[in-house]
Amino acid sequence: MGDRSTRFLWPTLGLPAMVWIVLFFLVPFYVVLCVSFGTVDPVFRSPIPIWNPLEWQFSQVQVVWDRLFGPNNFYLPAVLRTFMYVAIAVAACLVISFPVAYFTARYAGQYRGLVLALLVAPFFISYMMRMLAWINLLQPDGLVNTIVTLGGLVPVEINWLSGNPFTVVMGLIYGYVPYMLLPLFAALDRISPSLLEAARDLGASGFDLFRRVILPMSIPGIVAGTLLISLPMMGDYFTSDMLSKSPNTSMIGNLINLSIATPGQSGQAGALLILVLLVLLIPMIWYTRTNAKAEVRS
Amino acid sequence: MTISAAPAEAILEEAQGRRRRGLRGTSGARAYGLGAITAVYLLWALVPVAITVLFSFNAGRSRSTWQGFSTRWYTWDPNGSVLNDPSIRTALTHTVLLAIVATLITVPIGVLFALALDRWRGRIPAGANFLALITFVIPEIALAIGLLFMVTFLATPFGLGTTAQIIGLVTFQLAYPIVICRARLLTIGAHYEEAARDLGASAIGAVRRIILPMLFPAILVSAILVFADVLDDFVIVRYLSSDASTETTSMRIYQTARAAPTPALNAMATIILVVSALVIVMGWLAYRRWTRRQGENTDIGTFANTL
Repeated sequence: MGDRSTRFLWPTLGLPAMVWIVLFFLVPFYVVLCVSFGTVDPVFRSPIPIWNPLEWQFSQVQVVWDRLFGPNNFYLPAVLRTFMYVAIAVAACLVISFPVAYFTARYAGQYRGLVLALLVAPFFISYMMRMLAWINLLQPDGLVNTIVTLGGLVPVEINWLSGNPFTVVMGLIYGYVPYMLLPLFAALDRISPSLLEAARDLGASGFDLFRRVILPMSIPGIVAGTLLISLPMMGDYFTSDMLSKSPNTSMIGNLINLSIATPGQSGQAGALLILVLLVLLIPMIWYTRTNAKAEVRS
Repeated sequence: MTISAAPAEAILEEAQGRRRRGLRGTSGARAYGLGAITAVYLLWALVPVAITVLFSFNAGRSRSTWQGFSTRWYTWDPNGSVLNDPSIRTALTHTVLLAIVATLITVPIGVLFALALDRWRGRIPAGANFLALITFVIPEIALAIGLLFMVTFLATPFGLGTTAQIIGLVTFQLAYPIVICRARLLTIGAHYEEAARDLGASAIGAVRRIILPMLFPAILVSAILVFADVLDDFVIVRYLSSDASTETTSMRIYQTARAAPTPALNAMATIILVVSALVIVMGWLAYRRWTRRQGENTDIGTFANTL
């Protein structure tokens, strides 16, 4: 297929998407760099981007760096909190997803289609609607408090919705667990039942089976699911805003969002974003690599 | 128990039956345990949403105390209902508009790019593929801020508002058709196309008449995913919106959920849920019809696996 028509056909087909990615992904990213490494108008407090990389200044990055690691490090708690919330939420999502995905892949039998459809359903329910559902339930006079206080018998009223870290982490788990479930299901579904039977026949106990066959074979699903949920959580500000709206539970995303909303702090928002992306660069590249490997395997 | 006494077929059947039922024998307890966990999980995942839908039909203003069934918040409340509150109506129509337009742009250019990547080797396509995959996993806030800064600091021919929102959404969703169609193209392989070429089809003709029809289920699935995901989008549409006329349902929920809203907010969310469900059911029916005609596996698992 080396004739002239095909030599130009494939690049032409790919052209629209490539132009799109350059114009609306690479160029905006360069603008973020120029704003973050630019200066701020001393009078109007408006950011002035510097377009020439050779003239880039690092005052905005310095400001953000000082807030992270300097003497007045009021950004640091939110950053540490983010890592802690994400770690707990990812671990919880794994613990929840594993039995559910395993049941669906292996034992659901005639209910398999139904269970799968129900597992996929949260994907198509708006994230904001799912948060709204919990706001309704967790109101001071909401259903959860009614149950906890046994209909008003026990005189405790738990304040769920302002600055309660438990609620925010629960919200993250609730919001992201479907994205862990599906890759894990796909990995577990690929394990042939005869392999498990063979392990059984060779004398493996239930625990052996899990530790030495199922777990190793589900690693690709675990990795994909973990990356798929932890990366967006790192930029999440709306879960905390919806379920807490308090600085006590603010995450990195909230810091960025607040800087964007504050006049004159666009550069700092950009600088903070760049720092976050630098940290996430390795997991992001890892994800593209595992994706490429999965393609080769299939 | 004497194995020799039972015919081999009976043993096989018995074993298969046990596997099919899945809930008997030594693994029975484990299956029931896992089944119970799954049931509890599904209740936790879906009941809160069901309650939100239920309270959209509440006759009173409360979102936690049931005061009787009514369609007040959908139609007849003079100023608070979905029908009579212009800002809710705008949010609904704008959300659906964004979803339709973004899907119509994303899917064609994504599919063409997947076709190109399937044959075109080299650094340029590999780099473009890498960038497309990065847009898939990069936190959405990064894309949103990038476009916000671009529109603010560069003299772009479009300002904040609908155009900027659509551009942002397409950029964020582009990876779906690319990843899904590439996976499908890999399973199709090259030989159908080679056969068509041997029989005299042009390169474009082979793509149009052989590859595109075989790719149709993947295109359909990616279109459904993009559509549903855009209905759900929040970060990009919020940063790139201009005024109240470019507000979406998710933005409205974000802004009013904590400020004592009426069940009209639940009603609006329910309507978007119904739109999403309709599109998925229609897509699933089309997918099943198409794959049945092609004599392929139509298990919902394959549908879900391509997601």
